[in-house]
Amino acid sequence: MKNLDNGKLLSDYGNVLVLLLLCVVISVVTLEEQSPRSTAAAENLAAIIVGGAGKDANILILVRRGEGQQEFANTLKNTLSKAGLNVTDTVVGTPADARAALGKQTEALDVIATDEHMAAFCLEQLPKLAKKYPTLANTTAYQPKKHLWPNFLKKENLLNVLKQISVVAIIAIGMTMVIITAGIDLSVGSLIAFSGVITALSIQQLSGGADPTTGHLLLGCAAGIIVCALIGMGTGGLVTLFNIPAFIVTLGVMFIAKGLAFIFSQSAPIPIANEGFAWLGRGSDLIGLPNSVVLMLLLYGIAHVIMTHTSIGRYIYAVGGNPEAARLSGVPVKWVLVFVYTLCGLLAGLGGVMEASLHITGDPKSGTLVELQVIAAVVVGGTSLAGGQGKIFGTLVGALIIGVIRNGMNLTGVEAHMQSVVYGVVILIAVMVDQLKNRAQKTN
Amino acid sequence: MADAAQTPLLRMRGISKAFPGVQALSKVDLTLFAGEVLALLGENGAGKSTLIKILGGAHQQDEGTIEIDGNSVRLNNPLKAQAAGIGIIYQEFNLVPGLTARENIFLGQEPSRVCFIPRAQEEEKSRELFARIGVEINPSTLCRDLTVAQQQIVEIAKALAQDARIIVMDEPTAALTPREVECLLTVVRELRSQGIGIIYISHRLDEIDAIADRVTVLRDGAHVTTRAKEDLERHEMIELMVGRSLDKEFPSHECQPGDVRLAVKNLSRGTKVRNVSFELRAGEIVGLTGLVGAGRTETARLIFGADKKDSGTVELDGKPIGATSPRDAIRCGICLLTEDRKSEGLVLGLAVQENFGLPSLHQFTHKGLINREQESDAFAKYVKQIKIKISNHEQSAATLSGGNQQKVVLAKWLQRNAEVIIFDEPTRGIDVGAKYEIYQLIHQLTDEGKAVLMISSELPEILGMSNRIIVMNEGRVTGEISDVTNATQEDIMKLATLREEMAA
Repeated sequence: MKNLDNGKLLSDYGNVLVLLLLCVVISVVTLEEQSPRSTAAAENLAAIIVGGAGKDANILILVRRGEGQQEFANTLKNTLSKAGLNVTDTVVGTPADARAALGKQTEALDVIATDEHMAAFCLEQLPKLAKKYPTLANTTAYQPKKHLWPNFLKKENLLNVLKQISVVAIIAIGMTMVIITAGIDLSVGSLIAFSGVITALSIQQLSGGADPTTGHLLLGCAAGIIVCALIGMGTGGLVTLFNIPAFIVTLGVMFIAKGLAFIFSQSAPIPIANEGFAWLGRGSDLIGLPNSVVLMLLLYGIAHVIMTHTSIGRYIYAVGGNPEAARLSGVPVKWVLVFVYTLCGLLAGLGGVMEASLHITGDPKSGTLVELQVIAAVVVGGTSLAGGQGKIFGTLVGALIIGVIRNGMNLTGVEAHMQSVVYGVVILIAVMVDQLKNRAQKTN
Repeated sequence: MADAAQTPLLRMRGISKAFPGVQALSKVDLTLFAGEVLALLGENGAGKSTLIKILGGAHQQDEGTIEIDGNSVRLNNPLKAQAAGIGIIYQEFNLVPGLTARENIFLGQEPSRVCFIPRAQEEEKSRELFARIGVEINPSTLCRDLTVAQQQIVEIAKALAQDARIIVMDEPTAALTPREVECLLTVVRELRSQGIGIIYISHRLDEIDAIADRVTVLRDGAHVTTRAKEDLERHEMIELMVGRSLDKEFPSHECQPGDVRLAVKNLSRGTKVRNVSFELRAGEIVGLTGLVGAGRTETARLIFGADKKDSGTVELDGKPIGATSPRDAIRCGICLLTEDRKSEGLVLGLAVQENFGLPSLHQFTHKGLINREQESDAFAKYVKQIKIKISNHEQSAATLSGGNQQKVVLAKWLQRNAEVIIFDEPTRGIDVGAKYEIYQLIHQLTDEGKAVLMISSELPEILGMSNRIIVMNEGRVTGEISDVTNATQEDIMKLATLREEMAA
């Protein structure tokens, strides 16, 4: 009995284990000395300088230009000035700027406060410059304390991983349901492009050339999503009414949607003339997470409840497990199938809107091969292509596994073609594990 | 007949096998002599299948020894069992439907991996084998074109082609017509006379009576007794299997038919169902029987909306219902317990409780969410009432024995509280003890004023349970027997073979 429970636990949450293991490995591989650039780090550095240099010391602040650097320099300056030290100049710029600033010093300079880039510059150049400019003879350079931390585990990076998987993960919800019914939907990648193009075109039409209002944007998004839902419904209809294998129907829809996206957009990306449209794809003003990630988590919560606590969820599993038995038990099998394909289309439409929002453009080229990434996430998440089995959160974990591997490879500089090879291997391993799991269950 | 002094062909001694959570077999002995038929009896879950799978090399015993001709053997995979001369014919055949009978017989026995197949030689040998069995089958027929009975013969031929001296048949007659059963028994006798030892598993005691030399009874994974058949009365066999005494096979029951509940008029679909009309009254059990292929199941499926009818009407309590799908029919109050539980009755991958709740989810759903506890409570009631043996409600339906699966299906429909219940072969593959419980349940339903239509091929069951019997042949109703107490199996068979031109 105990064995059985362990086995079940492993099969239910085995991929969580894989994900954690991956995170650990990638963390170890990306472990690096970090120079903090936060305001807290600036205050910390100021305190060290105050302690080391004493009052009335002349201080030059050198910081390389970059994101958040101005803030770092300002904090440093304010804190040092407050402590009574004499900040002669603050430079946020290139090494050339730094050299010029150093040459302009009229009084003896005691301290240079730097970030890690300028610290490297000082280390190299200060002895040479000291020969040239006597004011620099007794100058010490300070930099923020370094510490070891994996690049992977930085907050921005982790949020980035989540943001990158959000579109694939959201569509994978619909795909999971489709695959649980023993179907497949190859059209989602094309629907991303189609939805983006329809959305952008609708916004253009609605605003009539003028700058679109928020209302126009919302209507445009609704148009893109609804059109894709209707296409999904059509797919479901063909699968149920004509009994055509889902693989074939969605293959057809894939080509049609892709072609129409190019025709409607006249093969060119359609810009959307309102920055507000980027809210969903780029914004980050909900509970400190990117909006797309919040949306993803919300949808996963809802999907989980649907699959485990509602009739339609139970029906989806039943139809996938044994359509005839389900039908004879009063399950509206055709309705269930139409539902899952409609939902999958709808979510692909939403994914298209998110892509469009990210680029503020409806691009007919977007979404290429995304259907395969989506299917990969579902399969890696432990859903069986044979139908009847699978878990919504498994898919989220599957999407995370793929996202984390991609991120890890980007961080360690694995080139694109090699990445493709790795994805392939991951998918094969996932399917093999699935098979072994089934075999283990059978022999039990 | 075997005499005790001779070395047994097969001796299994002290075989034990445990699965997680269950001791499937504990110290079971089985002895088989050449040239005898040993009947292996036991309820579902008694351990027969496990014992057979160990013999076939599909499972390994935890303890115990297996001897063939007095030599100890280790059968740790199916190939070794085959090489040791053991041929097992499982309920689900291992034939490739798209290959011919000949190809199936010699599948896996080609002289080497890459070679031309000695076709003529194989052809010749298959004919010999069929002749030896005493059945004529064209070796070039595709297996999918053979009847179930013929496929079984191919399985037997396949075992013989591999020089099997021990042949195990697991429920060989479950899907055969009475005539085919007769044929099979003749084949078994023929094999016995050729010195082959046969282990014969069946729930049908008539067959055991007709064919067995000795009987081994298992109960709850343990060996109960092995005796010569002559020393065992039929009721004794049942008692040994069940472990308690059953007065009779069918519970007695009083029936007062009430108003007409279900009226079927001129129902037709192609050549399978032609102009079928009958009525079901409240509190009545109507037996529907006939030979396999007579159109009984097809008729039930039409009533249930599972197939599309060409014409005809179905009325429930005087109101016509136009059920176009099982969902409609269920909503109107009709339910169908299908014959094939595995492919039509249950979603094997789902938990038993989830299977149970499938048709009745609306009863447990509040504000769109399923209340699993309420569902679980409802199920627990039936688990107790009809004694379903499960370890927990989340157990997958695939892991249950046949009888328990049938009970889950039964519980599922009882919860739906239908008015008209159609049972299609309710006791097929079910052991005697469970059968009796199911019969009692059916009576209980009629006591509540529900109407029951019971389809069955087992004539004793039809005669023992029905208040009225309707007989079909070739898609038509060929007769009705109202006076069941005085009817005989011969009366039914006469109607079941009545042709159209004679029926008029």
